[in-house]
This record gives sequence, C-alpha cells and structure tokens, in this order.
Amino acid sequence: MSDSGEDAFPRGKTAIVSAATFGMGEAPGFTSKDLAAHACIAALRQANLRPEDVDALFVCLSDDMLSGMTVAEYLGIRPRLTDNNRTGGSSFLIHVMLAALALESKQCDVALIAYGSNQRTATGKLVNLIRSSPYEAPYRALSPISAYALAAARHMHQFGTTREQLGAVAVAARNWARLNPDAFMRDGLTIQDYLQARMVSDPLGVRDCCLVTDGAAAIVMTRADRAKDHASRPAFVLGAACATWHQEISNAPDLTVTAAAESGSRAYRQAGVKAADIDVVQLYDAFTINTLLFLEDLGFCPKGEGGRFVEGGRIAPGGELPVNTNGGGLSCVHPGMYGLFTLVEGTQQVMHVCGARQVADVQLALCHGNGGVLSSQATVILGSEATL
Amino acid sequence: MIQRSRATGRYIFYPRVAEPGTGSTDLEWVEPSGSGTIYSVTVVRQKPPAADYNVVLVDLAEGPRLMSRVDGVGPKSVHIGMAVKARVIRENDAPLLVFEPV
Repeated sequence: MSDSGEDAFPRGKTAIVSAATFGMGEAPGFTSKDLAAHACIAALRQANLRPEDVDALFVCLSDDMLSGMTVAEYLGIRPRLTDNNRTGGSSFLIHVMLAALALESKQCDVALIAYGSNQRTATGKLVNLIRSSPYEAPYRALSPISAYALAAARHMHQFGTTREQLGAVAVAARNWARLNPDAFMRDGLTIQDYLQARMVSDPLGVRDCCLVTDGAAAIVMTRADRAKDHASRPAFVLGAACATWHQEISNAPDLTVTAAAESGSRAYRQAGVKAADIDVVQLYDAFTINTLLFLEDLGFCPKGEGGRFVEGGRIAPGGELPVNTNGGGLSCVHPGMYGLFTLVEGTQQVMHVCGARQVADVQLALCHGNGGVLSSQATVILGSEATL
Repeated sequence: MIQRSRATGRYIFYPRVAEPGTGSTDLEWVEPSGSGTIYSVTVVRQKPPAADYNVVLVDLAEGPRLMSRVDGVGPKSVHIGMAVKARVIRENDAPLLVFEPV
C-alpha cells in the first residue's frame, strides 16, 4: 500500500447533476441493457440532456462483458471515453472517481454512469461473476455468502458481536424501505422474524442477505461550473477513492478490517471532512456484516464497536446516523451489483428529493461500494453547494 | 507442498510464479508441517437428507492462510482457535487437503 499524501483530487470541481432508477424490484420483459437505457434516459432528461450530449460513458452490466460498447451503441452515444471496469459492486463509485478526473482535465464534458440487471425475472437468482479458484472450489463454500459468514464469525469471535446486532441492521434497513415507495420489501420485519429466519451459512441466515431483484440506475456528471445549468441542487463530488487488498476471502489479510479503511480515509482527506460531519451514509449492504464493517472502517465508530453502535435504532429512521435510507440492498433493491444505488440515494438526499425518507438538511453524504467478497472498496463523498 | 522464497524465507500459498509484493522468483517447494489453527468457520446448511458441512479458513504454522474443511468432528464442533493437522484424502476421484482436530 503506498500513499503519497499529495492527493490532488479535484475537490468540488465536478458534480452529479441527476440520478434516476428504473425497474426496481421486478421488471419482466426487459433485457439488462433495456433497463439500463431506461434509467439513462430518465437521468439525462432530468438534466435536460440527450444521449448525443454524452461524451463519456461508464457502465458495467453483469451479463455483458463488453457492455461499455453495447450501451454506447444502444443509446447512440459516441464516447470520447468508455470505461467498463469489473470491480463488482464497487465499479460505479470508481467510475465517479475516474469521471471526476476526466471531466476536470477536459477529457470529456458530460459523463454518464449506468447499470441495469434483469437477474430476478431472467434467472431468479444472483448473477454471480465470482469464480472460485481450484484452491477454494472443492470446499463448496456458498458464493458469495460463506465468505461474508467467515468474516461475521471472526467479528463475533474477536469483538463479541451478536446475531441480535446483525439483526438490528436488517430491521433498520427494512424500516427505511417502508418509507420508500420504490423499495421491494416493505413488509414489517421484527428482530424475532430475523432470529427465526432460516440459517444459510452460519452465522448468517436469510435475513442477513441482500435481495435478488431486477433494477437499473444512472447518474450524470458535469464540471461544477455548468452543474447549476442542469440541476437546482447538484451533488458536488468532494472526494472519491478506492482500494483493493485481495480477491478470494482466504487471501484477506484480516477478516475484520476491509480496504474501506484506506478508501475512506483518503476520501475524507480529499473532501476535508470527517465521519462526524457526514449527514447521511449509503453503504453497500450485501450482507448485514458489511454495514458493521464499513461503519467501523469508515470511522463512524471504533473497530469492533459496530454491533453495539447499531443497537437501539441508531441507524434506523429517527436514529442519530441515517444509514441506507432507501432500504439498502437488504430491503430496497439488489440486482447483483448494488453500488450505483448508493450514489443515487446519496445524490437524491443531497438534492432533498427523497420524500418521506428525506433526512433533514443533508449537506454531506457518504456513499460506499463493495466488490467481490469484501475485496474492492470505493468511497465517494458528496456535498451540497454550501460545502464547497 | 507449498512455496517459500529463498531470499525472504516467506512461505506462499497458493502456488505462483513470483512472491507477492517483492516479485522475487527464487521460489522453492518445501513440505509444510501440516499444523494449523482455525482462523474462521462457517457451517453451510443443507436441505435434508444432505448433511450440513463446515468450511474453514486455516492459518498454517508457516504463515499462509487457506480455505479447507475439518473432518472427523461434527460441523458445529469446529471453532475458531482450534488446533488442526492437515491430511490429504481422495474425494470425487481427486486428492483433497482437509484438516482434522489435533
């Protein structure tokens, strides 16, 4: 790990000017690229733009290895910059980082970041791009849940974290989802429901797992000087950083510490803010343990304290720290790679357009994506005009 | 057999063409002691009649960590910190590294 300490990320020089979703939950009859295209058109219209105005395209579709070119052709975009990185659910937060650098250096003027997946109606299960090596495959770990279960077991062993504390994450996500008309799971969920749910890979059960849904999302970025032409309340990109420490779970150096500790601290330094300044937090909650690990690694509580931190509804509606205000991957939407939805919700919270779930007076939002099995981590900090 | 860098003495698993980080290509094959400690464990639940089974991460005495399974005890008896010893068995017509409690 090297860190020059001289990170010249262009703080506040670019902004997300629109954010849209499409086909949240179930969207029969659409391909993944149809869904992505719908979200792209919606995001572009919000910003008074058309596909032909886009000159940088960032996209990652699970079922199309060359989706950058596919989506460019489909929408009628001739990008000067096409990126199709493959870091799982963290891909889209890394897209924001790369788009900010490209916009700032005038490699492009309008960046579109897009995702779509029809996994629920097409296959009924997670379209999983993780391929086990010959050194893990024979032991039949369930991919990806067993990897996260190994992390949860270790966290419990080292810090005394309990199933009830993991359950508090699931219940908080559900209570946020109940305020979101676009969320897929809006039935009540109690801690008793959580504890009685079927176990899958100890210590994780069904209610520790993200959903399997369809869904699409898109955001548009421009330089800050023209952001106000496209949005009344843009979400300025104050910091964006990523880090990868391993691929397979057996190569994670410490199952209780993720590379979010690195991506987060760098993003905070770029943004000139600290965890205590953040008004709303959007974390990639593929499993309940993710929320605890990322709250710790991103500095919202000390290492090992995540379980105790989430007790008493602290991250639920009305709590002290609003986390995953759309309902997260656990209760809102999870089409396979949730990352872009953290950015949509963070942006919409900064734009103050979230309706019943809007957190009062949001100025700073932190969005965090996870790829693989706690492998690739990426953090983006968004701010209102007042934070510039 | 696992690899070791002659220059640094560091043990490496899985096998590679160069030591991670340093890029040293002076790797040799050595026989590890077979002793290990359970770093973490999960029990994969199955629909009956299939039996639940454990998946573990084992820290070898030499340093590397790898995924495996503990045989010879019920899946729920495997716990973090347990001392284990390696054994190569045949499963599905291929050799497989598993561990047993010491």
